Amino acid sequence: MNILNDSTPSNEACTGCTAADFASDQEVRWCPGCGDYSILAQTKKVLAKLGIPRSKIVFVSGIGCSSRFPYYLNTYGFHSIHGRAPTIATGLKLARPDLDVWIATGDGDALSIGGNHLLHTLRRNPNLKILLFNNRIYGLTKGQYSPTSPKGAITKSSPMGSLETPLRPMSFALGCGATFAARSLAVDTRHLEYVLERAAKHVGTALVEIYQNCVIFNDGAFNYATEKDLKADTIVYLEHGKPLIFGKNREKAIGLNNRLQPQVVNVGDTRPTDLLVHDEREPTPAVSFLLSNLTQPDFPEPVGVFRAVERDSFDALVHGQIAQARAQRGEADLQAMLNGSESWTVQ
Amino acid sequence: MVKLPRVTIRFAGDSGDGMQLTGTQFSFTSALAGNDISTLPDYPSEIRAPAGTLAGVSGYQIQFSSSDIFTPGDEVDTLVAMNPAALRANLKSVRSGGMVIVNEDAFTPVDLKKAGYDDNPIEGESIPGYRLVKVPIDRLNAETLKSSGLTAKQIDRCKNFFTLGLLCWLYNRPLEPTLKYITAKFAQKSPLVAKANSDVLKAGYDYGENAELFPVQYFVEKAKLPPGRYRSMTGNEAVALGLVTAARLAGKNLFYGSYPITPATDILHTLAELKHAGVVTFQAEDEIAAIGSAIGASFGGAIAATGTSGPGIALKSEAIGLAVMTELPLVIVNVQRGGPSTGLPTKTEQADLLQAVFGRNGECPLPVIAATSPSDCFNAAVEACTIAVRYMTPVMLLSDGYIANSAEPWLIPDVRSMPKIAIAHPAARNDGGVFQPYRRNEDGARPWALPGTPGLEHRTGGLEKEDGAGTISYDPANHQKMIGLRAAKVAGIRPAGAAFYWTGREHGDVLIVGWGSTYGAIKAATLELQRQGAAVSACQVRYLNPFPQRLGELLARFKTVLVPELNLGQLALLLRAQYRIETVSLSKVCGQPFAFSEIIAAAKTHLPVSGTAQTKSSTA
Repeated sequence: MNILNDSTPSNEACTGCTAADFASDQEVRWCPGCGDYSILAQTKKVLAKLGIPRSKIVFVSGIGCSSRFPYYLNTYGFHSIHGRAPTIATGLKLARPDLDVWIATGDGDALSIGGNHLLHTLRRNPNLKILLFNNRIYGLTKGQYSPTSPKGAITKSSPMGSLETPLRPMSFALGCGATFAARSLAVDTRHLEYVLERAAKHVGTALVEIYQNCVIFNDGAFNYATEKDLKADTIVYLEHGKPLIFGKNREKAIGLNNRLQPQVVNVGDTRPTDLLVHDEREPTPAVSFLLSNLTQPDFPEPVGVFRAVERDSFDALVHGQIAQARAQRGEADLQAMLNGSESWTVQ
Repeated sequence: MVKLPRVTIRFAGDSGDGMQLTGTQFSFTSALAGNDISTLPDYPSEIRAPAGTLAGVSGYQIQFSSSDIFTPGDEVDTLVAMNPAALRANLKSVRSGGMVIVNEDAFTPVDLKKAGYDDNPIEGESIPGYRLVKVPIDRLNAETLKSSGLTAKQIDRCKNFFTLGLLCWLYNRPLEPTLKYITAKFAQKSPLVAKANSDVLKAGYDYGENAELFPVQYFVEKAKLPPGRYRSMTGNEAVALGLVTAARLAGKNLFYGSYPITPATDILHTLAELKHAGVVTFQAEDEIAAIGSAIGASFGGAIAATGTSGPGIALKSEAIGLAVMTELPLVIVNVQRGGPSTGLPTKTEQADLLQAVFGRNGECPLPVIAATSPSDCFNAAVEACTIAVRYMTPVMLLSDGYIANSAEPWLIPDVRSMPKIAIAHPAARNDGGVFQPYRRNEDGARPWALPGTPGLEHRTGGLEKEDGAGTISYDPANHQKMIGLRAAKVAGIRPAGAAFYWTGREHGDVLIVGWGSTYGAIKAATLELQRQGAAVSACQVRYLNPFPQRLGELLARFKTVLVPELNLGQLALLLRAQYRIETVSLSKVCGQPFAFSEIIAAAKTHLPVSGTAQTKSSTA
């Protein structure tokens, strides 16, 4: 894959810092075979490359298997309440813009109970990295369907099949105005490492959706995207400035018909200018949104960075306004604030 | 001129008629003139109910006095009614023989009908039992401004300043403060409006002088307030200033996460203006995000607070539990209002006490402090922050709609004399090379280790944790121990200010025990009863959890413990459970504060018939 060959090791690599330095002393309690182990491993690798001291990194989580993540990293961590990690992370970042703040969350935590907070966080764009472990199920509570479970999913709380149309995390994120939205797979370790590093370097809110297999309650949910003989046709790697080419012989691509709807085309019989070319930085998220709706079985599912645009981070804006107020009004004197504009003296 | 010791005036009109502004200006002018003041704004929750209806009546009551006063007045001496609905809604509150000044131009058949009057109550020259003064305010206002260059609608909006001018003449108040206010508020944006308001203010004043409507002017002398520098302040302003002050005393910045809700929103507005003091205000997407952000800020080392009303506290409950479990400092302000559910957003009540003390899952102890007056909100806010950081705990600060919006003169403290709030963030590991985030000091408080500190990396959260090490633990004995430690920490909290305000002797026939904004009415009632020779004392409890150490002993020294509350008996329930004593509840849950006469009447039913002090002290 071109994108991986292009990624050069960060020249800000932490002096002497390795992935192992980021392991905490806690025994990891995810089920054997859980996709979360891989996410943890790639995260540690990326953290080691960033050159940021461990003590400056904070992982905030909600509730779920995803949210046990902070305990397994030797950074500061806050395991909070279901759905509310973005609220705590936002307050932390506003109070301490010097810290590197990450969120570990899941499809239930972020998109069900936490949907509102995720929406506003993406909209406001504080400088946070959000890792959304999407296993399309509620694992910790033992197997109920989630907002990303397919319609018809048979689960403990939907024995006759779920009646709900699932939400697409990437589509949601782009709709909320996300400045960075990306997707990867827990088992595709090099790709995941690449995407995590891109997210880490983004200034603003970076949402990374990670397809993650829950071996106990939803095993095989992503086999279509990870099995060797299937994946060439079922996923397509997004690369900025390149067409979306997939297939065993890289013979297929995505184009648009005259109704601006996506269609699979053969590279051989299509003019290069008719192939849809990915632009991470397009002025509006319209095309990325279109890509986020490409799903199996009709289309390969895109993975990689859907969107990466520059916009002032919320925390920078807040502190900028405070600096502006100080410049305009001078540093506040407490006694003057208490006295107010109209006071009088009793002798 | 007739000298009066005190006067209670109520301004009433249609919402949008400017009664709040008129009342606020009159109050401020009176405070500047040296009177003690106490105010009670009373307005509906709709932004604009249909004009002229009873639902739309907005009122503002002020008592001003040459002596110390504690309430906005039980009975109204002078009612200013701008329309029939205002008269209909408020006449019954006017004392017998009191003055009723009406805007006679508003008493048209249409408006009379809207107010539910079949006949015109001001047809004659009097209303039986009251002194009626009819003033053609609309016409005089319009006449004064006929060449002002304003539209008819704009002219009509100035009439509240005419009314204010008239009342300033009647009670001998200077116009200068209001003229200054008008200039500050309007001169830049609309000089025509500024001039119009100033002209009509003076016209109202002159009308009082020339029209011979009133046989006399009145004046109320300056009150003998303790010397010092004063300002007028509402409870919400006081909370905001208290939080900022506490942050400064702690050498930190204030973070305030909030979501707009009546009647707490003004705290957010006040703090949003203080960016130059480094205050970060965050208007969150909802109540839960508001407290979540404050918890995150606290984890990061800020002095953090969140403010709301009853429904918001309900939403925040889970997060309060998280703050209790992670043992982080946090101040949660509840400006109580009528409940349950949406209730009466603009009416006062104090029915969230049990919610404050108990309203979370599990054994989740929370210290609770209740402010007793607008000024006391400042002290209570500073104390709440002090306790939060000393004991590493969230603290609930209870206020209510009445004191939040009511103004009184505040003796401004000298910040140089205020003690610093000492905070020590650990820089090094505390247990032989390992950091124990839940190792407690003698207060039972854990260290406030800040992210960014090398060597102290740890993870915290809502799961039960091992004592000392802070790692997740499901061990039965550990859970029992931690439950006990958290409970003991809160139970052992020493107040950072007055645990209660006491009036009278420490023994007697009746002890009137209250909390929160009933302070004024209880104190006024108690002083009056004492003047009548009754053995009555009062105790306004400020620390509701844990209770003041001496409270049990003091309660036992009285024959009757009377507990007036704006709820069905919540403090009474706590006192009975804690101290195993009998209490007598005086409940009022109608959206209005107590009249001190109601408390006097209740107390008298428990006094010996003669009402005189007992010579024998009660058994203790």
